[in-house]
Amino acid sequence: MKTAIRKYWFLFMIVLCNGIVWLYAPQIGKTALAFSGKNVINFLFILTPVFVCIGLMDVWVEREKMIRIMGADSGIKGIVVALLSGMITAVPLYALLPVAGVLLKKGSRVSNVLIFLCASASIRIPLLFFEISSLGAPFTLIRFGLNLLVVFAIAFIIEKLLSDQDKKAIYENADTL
Amino acid sequence: MNTVFTYWFYGLAAVLLTFSFVKDKSKTLLSLKKAWKMFTGILPQFVAILLFVGLALAVLSPETIRRMIGEETGFTGMLLTSLIGAITLIPVMIAFPIVAELLKNGAGLTQMAVFVSALTTVGIITIPVEIKYLGRKTAILRNVLAFLFSFITAYLMGVFLK
Repeated sequence: MKTAIRKYWFLFMIVLCNGIVWLYAPQIGKTALAFSGKNVINFLFILTPVFVCIGLMDVWVEREKMIRIMGADSGIKGIVVALLSGMITAVPLYALLPVAGVLLKKGSRVSNVLIFLCASASIRIPLLFFEISSLGAPFTLIRFGLNLLVVFAIAFIIEKLLSDQDKKAIYENADTL
Repeated sequence: MNTVFTYWFYGLAAVLLTFSFVKDKSKTLLSLKKAWKMFTGILPQFVAILLFVGLALAVLSPETIRRMIGEETGFTGMLLTSLIGAITLIPVMIAFPIVAELLKNGAGLTQMAVFVSALTTVGIITIPVEIKYLGRKTAILRNVLAFLFSFITAYLMGVFLK
């Protein structure tokens, strides 16, 4: 029980909060649950193909191959592959975290995984047109250009700040996924 | 467009699954088993996030959120909008039109820019999931850096667009 609470402390806390709201304001509690229920369907809809794809990736993509493409010595090629594959995906950040996990498990360089993750969060090509239509071309394009720099900055700063031990821990953790 | 993209993702998953099944049945079953294991492994965290988002949306009405983003200006306003962006999980398809409307109604450009950046790149409530996949140090660093850079890009955008 104790380990379960430690493992799922966040869930317990939220359920507790919901319970308190239900006790004191049943109407808000009801609305909250309705919102959550609608979100569950949305999340499942988005996450199903993501998990099917990473399951297949886990089975079919050989570690050696992934290391060649995005691993420690993949250089510019790895960066370009990470950036482009991030830019063409337009799913929310939370749905990409499992993908990042599998990329790490297969031996991708940490900075490349971060480039992929950050690029798909902030510079998504499929959403560019939508952003232009609602916020205008100058806003969108300047944001696009600046974010491109930011993606690299974040990826390289984090890789510089991680010790070899940190990286080892990351890969060991990814292996247990 | 997000939905369209998800349909496209379904198509890709179906094609890959078919290829995989034709090539090797047992390997395909293994991949589905692995996918299921990964999915159930992360499910408690996702359920917690969903319950939290539901609660936040029920407590804060859209009008309240809108008022908070719309009226504030200056650095305080940026701080507030960036925090809202960092905490909430609003789909961009909903957020962009709201931002556009707010801009028309006199909201500050830098406040809105920092909101969009923080919304898309910082995920405070998804951090338990991020820690699970990337480790504590990387997840926290990534979010802190993304938060700081949201301000820098917003400031630069203000400079460029004014």
